Amino acid sequence: MLAKRIIPCLDVRDGRVVKGTNFEGLRDMADPVELARFYNDSGADELVFYDITASAEGRGLFTDILRRVASEIFIPLTVGGGIRTLEDFDRVLKCGADKVSVNSGAIVDPAVIAAAAKRYGDQCVVLSMDVKRVEGRFRLFAKGGREDTGIDAMEWAARGVENGAGEIVLNSIDTDGVRQGFDLEMLDVLAARVKVPIVASGGAGNMEHFAELFTHPGVDAGLAASIFHTKQVEIKHLKRFLRGKGVEMRL
Amino acid sequence: MTVIVDYGVGNLFSLQSSLRALGVEAEITCRAERLREAERIILPGVGAFGDARAKLDATGLVPVLLEEAEQKPLLGICLGMQLLFDRSFEYGEHPGLGLIPGEVAFLGEEDEARKVPHMGWNSLEILKDDPLFKYFRNGEYVYYVHSFCARNCRDSTLGVSQYGNAAVTGVVRRGNVWGTQFHPEKSGDAGLRLLRAFAEL
Repeated sequence: MLAKRIIPCLDVRDGRVVKGTNFEGLRDMADPVELARFYNDSGADELVFYDITASAEGRGLFTDILRRVASEIFIPLTVGGGIRTLEDFDRVLKCGADKVSVNSGAIVDPAVIAAAAKRYGDQCVVLSMDVKRVEGRFRLFAKGGREDTGIDAMEWAARGVENGAGEIVLNSIDTDGVRQGFDLEMLDVLAARVKVPIVASGGAGNMEHFAELFTHPGVDAGLAASIFHTKQVEIKHLKRFLRGKGVEMRL
Repeated sequence: MTVIVDYGVGNLFSLQSSLRALGVEAEITCRAERLREAERIILPGVGAFGDARAKLDATGLVPVLLEEAEQKPLLGICLGMQLLFDRSFEYGEHPGLGLIPGEVAFLGEEDEARKVPHMGWNSLEILKDDPLFKYFRNGEYVYYVHSFCARNCRDSTLGVSQYGNAAVTGVVRRGNVWGTQFHPEKSGDAGLRLLRAFAEL
């Protein structure tokens, strides 16, 4: 049986891992390569690297770090942040990324999804979305959650999948950083809309939140950052806990 | 020496790095004589079947691969495994290498409820023991990411994974030719042990 995935996310700025509350007040946390090694040993199912400042300030990706991680860690690696063009895809794939996550880049140029899916395959293209409720609708936000695009998020997801996105990371701005649990309502709406794997992001505060998340069959993976980085939740314990609750887990 | 066939598709960096971590030096090459000199060959691949087949044809390596597969271990990974079969129905119909009888079809066909791509860690159920499983335990998890899958290949199937209401062909073998639908180079420690066994064949 296919296992549910636990994914730590490493938001990288200036070669360091950071994580803030609601994307503001960033704090320095750790060395990405060391942290990646730690997570691999802890049983993380996948690692996500986001260059969080890239879309705002146009920074290049930290391909050296990526190459170092990919040369010693043999689990799937997803890279995002500042991905706009096929050349961006190419650059990170050559450094060992398996999947590339587009967010703001796809909002600026939606054609990049189809072009990348055609060249590298659907499985390689992850559509990452920052979503927030605005006037009772799920609205797509750009630039690390700072800018309301006015686009309906669920429409956007459906269109992305049609164009070849092979996975969706749904980050709820409403629950991000608050640690009160994932945005189950938002995730259910998305799961009813698309038939590709869905990664839930934003809101994990404790192990129970993951157990709750995986009672929703449309969700394939849970992603979190700070609770893992601070070891408030240890992935090893989390996965055993979830297996004990009857969730399919790779131990 | 192990060679990884470079025909312009796939994440060769990870594959080479994982072998290096095992102490196996693997050369990435598209030169026929290196394939002939090699002790074993790995055929990687991601992307679409038709495109990959065209790129493989363009290297001129197909006759060499067919010849060498008679004499030394060949491992196809993911799309590289799919290429070993007779044909694929991915966006049309494309001929495979015909090294293993069977065909490649869309994953959503047998069970419309399951999500495509099949992405993530799935437990591998061993159906037939094999030297490739020398260091691998039945039921260990391996990492899959694919939208098409081999079928009508029961005689060659060594291992499967359950996905939705149907089994996905996970590992195949015919003679010197092995294939894994999952990515051993992305399957953590379990995957490395599988590669180690292949490197010892």
